[in-house]
Amino acid sequence: MSAPLVSAKELGVTLGGHPVLRGVDIAVEAGEIVTIVGPNGSGKSTLLRLLIGAERASTGEVRRAPGLRIGYVPQRLAIDHTMPLTVARFLGLAGGGREEREHALQRVGIAGLGGRQMIDLSGGQLQRALLAHALLHRPQLLVLDEAAQGLDQPGVARFYRLIEELRAEMGCGVLMVSHDLHVVMSASDRVICLNGHVCCEGTPTVVSAAPEYRALFGFGTEGALALYRHEHDHAHAEGAPGHHHHPADAEA
Amino acid sequence: MSPLDDFLLRAVLAGIGVALVAGPLGCFVVWRRMAYFGDATAHAALIGVTLALATELPVVAGVALAALAMALTVSLATGRTYAMDTMLGVAAHGALAAGLVALSLIPGVRVDLMGYLFGDILAVSRSDLLVIWAGGALILALLIWRWRGLLLATLNADLAAAAGIVAARERLLLTVALALLVAVALKVVGALLITAMLIVPAAAARAFAPTPEAMALVAAGIGAAASAGGLAASFRLDSPAGPSIVVAAVVLLLLANGIAAVVGRGGGSGGAGRG
Repeated sequence: MSAPLVSAKELGVTLGGHPVLRGVDIAVEAGEIVTIVGPNGSGKSTLLRLLIGAERASTGEVRRAPGLRIGYVPQRLAIDHTMPLTVARFLGLAGGGREEREHALQRVGIAGLGGRQMIDLSGGQLQRALLAHALLHRPQLLVLDEAAQGLDQPGVARFYRLIEELRAEMGCGVLMVSHDLHVVMSASDRVICLNGHVCCEGTPTVVSAAPEYRALFGFGTEGALALYRHEHDHAHAEGAPGHHHHPADAEA
Repeated sequence: MSPLDDFLLRAVLAGIGVALVAGPLGCFVVWRRMAYFGDATAHAALIGVTLALATELPVVAGVALAALAMALTVSLATGRTYAMDTMLGVAAHGALAAGLVALSLIPGVRVDLMGYLFGDILAVSRSDLLVIWAGGALILALLIWRWRGLLLATLNADLAAAAGIVAARERLLLTVALALLVAVALKVVGALLITAMLIVPAAAARAFAPTPEAMALVAAGIGAAASAGGLAASFRLDSPAGPSIVVAAVVLLLLANGIAAVVGRGGGSGGAGRG
C-alpha cells in the first residue's frame, strides 16, 4: 500500500457548539473510489470540507500528500446573477490552456458550451461544467459532494460511469458523498457509512449487509427510499467506539 | 506654467483616478453584496477626519485607519446577534452620527463639513492628486495580484479552498482595499457618495460584460466617463461637483440598461435585465 493521498485520524469538529463529527478515521489512496453515505446532517459534507482544507478540525488532524492537487465538485454553485461568467472563463480559473479547456468540456460531454453564461446552464450542464473545472486542476484526488444531485435517473448512472472512466484514465483517487445508494454501491471500491462518526465501512457488499448500515437505510432495494425517512438515529452505548470494521467474510 | 496649475484639470484627473479604481473594486462590492458594508466603511471617514485633526495626522491616514477599523469590526461582528443588514445599518449610521458629533467637539477648528460629506473635488491640490493616484495604483496592484483568488473566493469558498486559496484572506484583502479607497476618494466625492462610485459604474457595466474582467474594465471606463461628464455638467450648471458625478454615473447606468434591453432581446448574450 502506498501512502494515502489524504488521511485523517480521530477527526472531530464542533460547529456552533454542536459536535458534528467525532473520532473519524479516514484515508483515500490513489486509484480507489471511496463513497461516504449517511443521513442528512450526518456530517458528510463537513467531512469533505475538512479534508480539502475548507474547514478546520477541532480535534485530530488531516494529512494531505505534499503538493496534492485536488479537484473539487461542490454540491451546487450559487453564482450571483450580477457576476457575468462564461463557462470558458470559469474553467480558466482552474488553469490550463484553451485546448485543455475544450478537451475537458468534451470529456464531460458539454463540448461547445464554452461561450455560454454559467447562470444559463441547466442543472446537469452546470454539474458537468463543475466537473470539467475540477479536471483542469489535473487532480490526484477528485472530491465530489453529491455531484449528481438534480440529475434524472439515467443521468445519474451516466455521471457515475463517467467518474469511473476518469478514475481509470487519470489514476486519481475519488472521494464522494452520495445519496444515490443503488448506483454508488456498484461504483465504489469502498463505502463509509457516516452518522457523526463512522458507523461501518468496507466493500459495498459488506457495508450493505452490515447492521449499522441497515439501521440507517433499511433493507434491500428499499434502502434508497428509507434514506428520505431517516427519522431513525441509531444509538450507541455511551463510551462505545462506534466504529466497526467488517472484514470481507464477516456478517455474510 | 504647468497644466496642473489648472484646477479643473486637477479635478478631472482626481475624478478619473478614483473612478479607474472604484470600478473594478466596485465589481466585487456588487458581486459579494457588500454595498451596505461599503457604506459603513465610508461613513467612518468622519471619525477618521476628527482623529486626524486631533492628532495632527494627515487626514488621509486618519481616514484610512478609521475606515479599516470599522471594516474589520463589522466583518468580525456580523451574523452574531442581528441580521447582517441591521448590523451594517447600525454601523453605518452610528459612525456617521458619531463622526458629526466628534467633529463638532474639536475646539477651535473650522471644518468644511459639506466638503467631507459630498467631496470638494474642485479644491484638489497637487499633493491630493499624488495621494489619489498613488493610493489608487496600490489598490489596483492588490486587485490584479490576487485576481484569481479573489474571483474563486467570491464564487465559492470551498472551491477556493480546494485550489489552495483561503477565502477569509481574500475577503480581508478586499476589506483593506475598500478602506484605502475610502481614504483616497473622500476628497473627490465625500463620505456619503463613495459607495455610489463603487456600485453605480459596476452595475452599469453588468449589462455589457460577458466576463468578470470585462465588467471590471467597463466599470472603470463608465466611472471615468461619469467623472468627466459630471464635472463638465457641474461647471456649466454651477452644481456641486461630487453629486454631479454620481448623477452622471446613474444616467449612464440607465442608458446602459436601456441599450441592453433593446439590443439584448434575441441576442441572448447573457446578463442584462436578468434577475
